[in-house]
Amino acid sequence: MKAHTPELLQVCDLQTQFHLAEGIVYAVNGVSYTVHEGEVLGVVGESGCGKSVTALSIMRLIQGPIGQIVAGQVLLHDQGRTTDLLTLSLQEMEGVRGNKISMIFQDPMTSLNPVLTIGYQLAEPLKRHRGMSDTQATQEAIDLLDRVGIPEPEVRVKNYPHQFSGGMRQRAMVAMAMACRPRLLIADEPTTALDVTIQAQILDLIRELRTQIGTAVIMITHDLGVVAEMADQVAVMYAGLIVENGSVLQIFDTPRHPYTQSLMSSIPRLGNWPRRLRTIEGAPPDLHSPITGCPFAERCEHHVPRCDTTFPALGRLSEDHLCACWRALEGELA
Amino acid sequence: MSTAPLLQTVDLTKSFPIRRGFFGQKLLRLVAVDRVNLSVYPGETLGLVGESGCGKSTLGLTIMRLYESTSGTVLFQGQDLGTVEGDKLRKARREMQMIFQDPFASLDPRMRVHEILREPMDIHGIGTPAEREAEARRLLDVVGLPSDAAQRFPNEFSGGQQQRIGIARALALRPKLLICDEPVSALDVSVQAQILNLLRDLQEQFNLTYIFIAHNIAVTGFMSRRIGVMYLGRLVEIGPSKAIVTEPLHPYTQALIAAVPKPDPKLEKVKRTLTGDVPSPIARPSGCPFHPRCPRAQEVCATEEPAIREIKPGHLAACHFA
Repeated sequence: MKAHTPELLQVCDLQTQFHLAEGIVYAVNGVSYTVHEGEVLGVVGESGCGKSVTALSIMRLIQGPIGQIVAGQVLLHDQGRTTDLLTLSLQEMEGVRGNKISMIFQDPMTSLNPVLTIGYQLAEPLKRHRGMSDTQATQEAIDLLDRVGIPEPEVRVKNYPHQFSGGMRQRAMVAMAMACRPRLLIADEPTTALDVTIQAQILDLIRELRTQIGTAVIMITHDLGVVAEMADQVAVMYAGLIVENGSVLQIFDTPRHPYTQSLMSSIPRLGNWPRRLRTIEGAPPDLHSPITGCPFAERCEHHVPRCDTTFPALGRLSEDHLCACWRALEGELA
Repeated sequence: MSTAPLLQTVDLTKSFPIRRGFFGQKLLRLVAVDRVNLSVYPGETLGLVGESGCGKSTLGLTIMRLYESTSGTVLFQGQDLGTVEGDKLRKARREMQMIFQDPFASLDPRMRVHEILREPMDIHGIGTPAEREAEARRLLDVVGLPSDAAQRFPNEFSGGQQQRIGIARALALRPKLLICDEPVSALDVSVQAQILNLLRDLQEQFNLTYIFIAHNIAVTGFMSRRIGVMYLGRLVEIGPSKAIVTEPLHPYTQALIAAVPKPDPKLEKVKRTLTGDVPSPIARPSGCPFHPRCPRAQEVCATEEPAIREIKPGHLAACHFA
């Protein structure tokens, strides 16, 4: 087992809800995970499992009064100090965003401002967080574009987002996110909108920058292939909860939670095609009411009566392999 | 293969006129599908893969004659679809149906499910109203939806269930050929597996022939006996699914397969070298359309377009050096 680097970010029992006219949506129901310095944590799960809402909560980008972080802590360990991001003022939080922690999103076109040049948008965080002058920031913007592999950066820096292709826009987003050499990059489905050859380029780029700058990454994706290629640690989410957490090898080779197991066997793999795929019958629970018991119980083939009533907390299967399943924790499911 | 193909395209081409410049004075041509030759045999699934803009969806729509082809022919059961009109075209269309990527967008939100399923039969005047209604309910059962779904509206269903409705509608006319255009790419993996299994079961049950269009090669290979790879409107390689993923012949297919992230953390992480973006289909490169990005390109590739030729039995590629 690889020894971990020091802890960088700890999410502790985070709960986020959306208070809508028709009732409360329980989106994140007590998520805890840890990102170590320089490591890549892959967060996987299907639509609506709360993986993005957790990330937005870390960044304090949950829009009130509808969205509310109702409990939990987000501890950032930086330069010997520990800060709970949830207790910071909005102004203090602005010093964190784009500086200590930055984020890239699925759709680069909607995250870039269409009426400002790429160069202007790249220079903005440099002037704000690193106190650069206009000329310094523009020069740095050109360097950044060059580093993320945009050809003719001196020309491209004056372009508007619509003049970039989808892959180039995501490169520009990566450049922007890396501009202040953040400790942590949150990448929320960064390649989902891209074609596979362009996806490969962006993943290579993130991997390269991570090695150069030593940034830790939270890689949120529904694509198990992307997780396998990028992640050191993996957290599997279901119904706003972490159901399993371990090293990438543990999760792919010895998954123990029935949900993780089904997920692994329901994807078609290149060249190894069974006659039928394993499916998970039914649908994820409706998050309009609070979760009682195990959220996966009604779709689970190993389910016992206890699963309906009592929620199994995330427990240790081994030193760093955690799982939230009564039967797996009692060693019944191998 | 000795049996006659169910569907055949011969040099099928679809281009769109594009107006550019001041008052649209400059007329350009976007060639979306360029001289594609395909044969689809009864009961098989032919997969079509490629990246956005490669023309795979346009090819599907042109086969259905939802787009009029620019040149070339589509033969369905030996009949040239380009020349039939009116009743004959309607009759031919009955035998080919389509399933779309976005299940919700392809269902009329103001129709109840049984009306959606009955509509194709209403249009084609099949059976009595009572028989159509009974058939609509039978179709729900066939695709694994409860019978009380009939009275509900599309928005009351999950994405996977909506796709089941789309499949049931496509089956209403008992077609021979189904063109599935990215039928699972909007769905989560566990739901995706349900729909893929359903499509395979239906194929066996009703002896259907599929053209399965998707960007995900692992999914397409699971569904298909053969896979065709498209790049900038051209069919660059076609062959048995297993051979396409294990021994791809065309450098583009090789790059595509290498770029797919594999769900196995023990595999070595190779840096993939395919650089740059796909060129615009308005300004297509001369010679081989892939040559500006091709690691193996030589001088001849820029001047001469390679014809697609059989390299191994049943395995064709369009590359000078394959």
